Amino acid sequence: MQSQYVLLLSLVVFLPALGALVLLLFPKDKPEAIKLFSLVVTVLVFLLTVYMAVPSPEGVATPRFELGAAGMQDAFSIDWIPSFNIFYFMGIDGISFTLVLLTSFLSMLAMGASWNITSHVKAYCILYLLLETGMIGVFMALDFFLFYVFWEVMLLPMYFLIGVWGGPRREYAAIKFFLYTLVGSVLMLIAILILYFNSDLRALAAQSDVVAGGSEVVAWDELHLHPDVTRAVREPGDNPIHTFNILALSKMGQHTDLFDAELLWGRSLQWWAFVLLFIGFAIKIPIVPLHTWLPDAHVEAPTPISMILAGILLKMGGYGIIRICYPICPEAAYDLAYVVTGIGVLSMVYGAFAALAQKDFKRLVAYSSVSHMGYVLLGIGVWTATASTNYNPDYWAMGMNGAMFQMIAHGISSAGMFFMVGVIYDRVHHRNLDEFGGLFARSPLYSGLAFGIFFAGLGLPGLCGFIGEFFVTLSVWSYSKAMAVVAAATVILTAAYILWTLQRVYLGAEYRGPHGDRITPITGREVAIAAPLLAFAIWFGVLPQSLFNYMTPSVNKTVQELADWTRDVKESRQRGASRLSINQAPTTSVEGETERIASSTQR
Amino acid sequence: MNFQELLDHLIHDTLRVSLPGFMPELVLCATIVLMLLARLPAFGRRINTVWIALPGCLAALYFAAPWRLLPGLRESADFTAPIFTGMLVYDELTVFFRSLLLVFACLFLVFTRISGIPDREDSPDFYTLVLGGIVGMCLMASANHMVMVFLGVEMASVPSYALAGMLKGRRQSSEAALKYVVYGAGTAGVMLYGISLLAGALGSVHMPTMAMQLATLPAEALAERQTVLLMGGLMVMVGVAFKLSAVPFHFWCPDVFEGASAEVNAFLSVASKAAALALLARLALGFGFVGEPRTAQAPTAHSAAYRALEKRPLVVPQARDALPGRDAPDSDAPDSNVPDSGASPQNAVERLAPVRRFLVGLIGLLAAVTCTFGNLAAYNQTNMKRLLAYSTIAHAGYLMMPVAAAVALIGKDIELAEEAIASLAFYAGVYVFMNLGAFAIVAFLRNTIRSEEIADYGGLIHRSPGVAVALSLILFSLIGLPPLAGFPAKLIAFAYLVPSGLLSLLVIGGLNTALSLFYYLRVVKVMTLDPEPAGRLPASFSMWSPAGIYVAMITLPVIVLGVSFEPLNRWARLAADHLLS
Repeated sequence: MQSQYVLLLSLVVFLPALGALVLLLFPKDKPEAIKLFSLVVTVLVFLLTVYMAVPSPEGVATPRFELGAAGMQDAFSIDWIPSFNIFYFMGIDGISFTLVLLTSFLSMLAMGASWNITSHVKAYCILYLLLETGMIGVFMALDFFLFYVFWEVMLLPMYFLIGVWGGPRREYAAIKFFLYTLVGSVLMLIAILILYFNSDLRALAAQSDVVAGGSEVVAWDELHLHPDVTRAVREPGDNPIHTFNILALSKMGQHTDLFDAELLWGRSLQWWAFVLLFIGFAIKIPIVPLHTWLPDAHVEAPTPISMILAGILLKMGGYGIIRICYPICPEAAYDLAYVVTGIGVLSMVYGAFAALAQKDFKRLVAYSSVSHMGYVLLGIGVWTATASTNYNPDYWAMGMNGAMFQMIAHGISSAGMFFMVGVIYDRVHHRNLDEFGGLFARSPLYSGLAFGIFFAGLGLPGLCGFIGEFFVTLSVWSYSKAMAVVAAATVILTAAYILWTLQRVYLGAEYRGPHGDRITPITGREVAIAAPLLAFAIWFGVLPQSLFNYMTPSVNKTVQELADWTRDVKESRQRGASRLSINQAPTTSVEGETERIASSTQR
Repeated sequence: MNFQELLDHLIHDTLRVSLPGFMPELVLCATIVLMLLARLPAFGRRINTVWIALPGCLAALYFAAPWRLLPGLRESADFTAPIFTGMLVYDELTVFFRSLLLVFACLFLVFTRISGIPDREDSPDFYTLVLGGIVGMCLMASANHMVMVFLGVEMASVPSYALAGMLKGRRQSSEAALKYVVYGAGTAGVMLYGISLLAGALGSVHMPTMAMQLATLPAEALAERQTVLLMGGLMVMVGVAFKLSAVPFHFWCPDVFEGASAEVNAFLSVASKAAALALLARLALGFGFVGEPRTAQAPTAHSAAYRALEKRPLVVPQARDALPGRDAPDSDAPDSNVPDSGASPQNAVERLAPVRRFLVGLIGLLAAVTCTFGNLAAYNQTNMKRLLAYSTIAHAGYLMMPVAAAVALIGKDIELAEEAIASLAFYAGVYVFMNLGAFAIVAFLRNTIRSEEIADYGGLIHRSPGVAVALSLILFSLIGLPPLAGFPAKLIAFAYLVPSGLLSLLVIGGLNTALSLFYYLRVVKVMTLDPEPAGRLPASFSMWSPAGIYVAMITLPVIVLGVSFEPLNRWARLAADHLLS
């Protein structure tokens, strides 16, 4: 079975890279063949992921994604660099698989949108396919080292894709993107090293069912460690066994005190690790005030690359926070929950106001991304599972599910919006909002599709954008009413800038801007890209359950583990601290108190 | 022990123990002699000397026997740590660095043959100097004695001075050589003075003996000599820092690199640097650690006799009597074999803690300043060789970090300290390909476009995509981006800063990596995004020419080692894992 997993997941990740290698053999002067071949590769990858998404027939064991299972699926671990316990370790669960699907889907569409790239087509396609390998790899890697390698592998192709094929200020935008992300990843690397050298599988084994006499809190098999490592752990010894295994590191963060030692300025190791990792991921999301690379990069990038940037790359930040930051450093995440949500709200509001002020169509869409990704951060950070709610994780789970849904929905709507901007830009060669108008009359089909997609971005009920925003806003209410009010109010701002944009671009009597004669009807190729996006926007808006089915078990499991940690570890620590201070009176309700007693007797 | 016994011991030690371990250097010396003699007959003048030098290097590589590190063969090989009565050490690290230097020498000879500098006329001089320098660097990498440290540094430096001035017609080249000589002579003098200060304060120039003295001297004697010891340590460091081109002894580096040919730059920036790092590691570990002697061989006899002759009046009597350990007078005073309670090797390592603190502080500070300065100064360079000179300086900073980490780890975890040295060896191994590749491309491009200005590389991707991609990959590897070899090298080198507690150094190193992005990327940008400058010679550079194949051969390891670095890493670990235990 393992070899099937290896083959399938490796194929999904490396098929684009293989395609890039094959492209090297293509003659330079056959751009159409090169584009077609690249498109075929991306379609194949998409079909592979669709194959995985379709449930297996009853009773047949396949490496497909199993609906309803919360843990890691198809996970495998192969020797890579044994001297540092680095493994070729990949797997999927509901959180990563939905994003893999999104990636393969958008990569296919964006390749279709690349048809009007005319210069250096071969180089473009090679870089594009390498980029796809990096993106899918990030979502599938479960070894921290491997994750980092994929994370960085994306940078180089992206730099060139913006820098060579971008707009007038492309070089500035490309290096700004590169530099921001590199600073973030260097900080991440420092955190990775700190975590690695303080990790110890022996200490974790004492909490698991792998050694006799352990407390059996952790199910060892769920960590999918390489058999050699497990053997080493079983052997007696006192030298620590370090690991890059993200799942094992998460368990260490939640069930051992390996990361609790003080590191610097009275803050614990995991506090610093959280901050470093969070900055690294937050640059990618991006948060205000680390967002300034985004408008430049998105605006200067060619249309398909803008689609990829907004649709997929931003999601890596959110994914990293859900998969890495929170599970590995729960204590820091708990302590900084208000900071995280506060930043989320700030990004939402700031992004919306900034979008209102834009004159450039593409820049407006870029800022709307900042605003929409703020919801993701807010939904992740809603740590409602505290003593006052009896460690009930329901609202938090709702928030995090909403955040995940928002990531997928934003992937669809923002890619669509960038494509819509690209379609009109290809014709009139400007993006000045004040010089548009009247497009509806000139190109009704294009305008209709654009209306649908922009409404999805707005969060209109019945379209995909609504579900995520609604879930997040709802969950925030029980966390902080003020934030909920601001979050809800941002929806109005969003409606304002999108409706105003639609009015300025599509409505009005007639088009008066430059190159009016070149406005041709939307082509079949363009419809073939826009229509699936709109279709999915409607589908997920009407039947959100079809998407939730994939991700909810894994998201709920993540939330439940953190809620358990809050109950079992954090609160007892706080109680320990409060026992020391005499003045502190119990302020929680009776139920909370009995729950505490119950949980402490359980322990 | 009478004189006859001592003599017998010495002969046995030299012929049976030391010379086999010294074979690579001997082969190189024989090659040099052969090259010089080949000039005498008329036909000898007609062949390019590289055809003598290359077999010589390959033979030396055979005797250096890098495979001897492999677990199966290691047991049968006798690594009799000190050879030549303690002047040099022949251990796994020696084998590693010597092999690395010789591999580099072979690649370098092929490179110079293809690039055409030196021409046939100059080739005997050039290759004599190169091989002579390599001998000196091998000595640096295996030095165990301050005199050998000095000799090694000088033997490596003097040929480098002449090499820097090799392009006789160029004023810049002569100026570079002069600057190099003056700088080198000055720092060598300071270093020699430092060695004599240390020798005066510790009564020996044999490194393990000096370290033992440091560990066993009574506190009041140490306090009395503290200033002299500190001064001596700093002055020795000046010499090493010059070889490493560490700030503030780096001023020669950009000028020499700009003046000298790219071939010579490759030699200076790779071989010289690797040897200087090995030397730094030897010095840092030599003074920060004392261990059990590996074998009770002849060197003790020599150093004991030598100390008996020279040192007795210098050392405080009670301290001298309580001097056991590695090179203690076991052989002439067997009754002192029972170690004193206060000075077992374990205890001695603890007592060296202040020395280690000094070393960590000094090396760490130098490393931080060097990589920051190198990166900042590289910004507004317009000449590729100058840019690579500053890049070399920055990398010297990164490469010093694991040494600091290793010294800091000695007191905590010997195994991790050895791994830190292994990370240095690994980095050095990767560095060979990265910098040799970069300078080789600069040299080949100089041959086609007659320019080394970055601006003249504009639009290279269209004219000769192969070489532009290769140079881009090498530059990205120098930044440290995965999946290229520079990434694991940097990652592993930085990694040991965490357990050693040098987090500030880790942060500085990380931020410097981000800083370095700008100037490396600028070159890539010029090659790929910028248009071709008007009036430049056409840069048609086929990948199927010898030069193209050479570039591909050097770039390939940069990719392969980035994805699968376990073999080299394992080899580096094998080189270091008996260093301290």
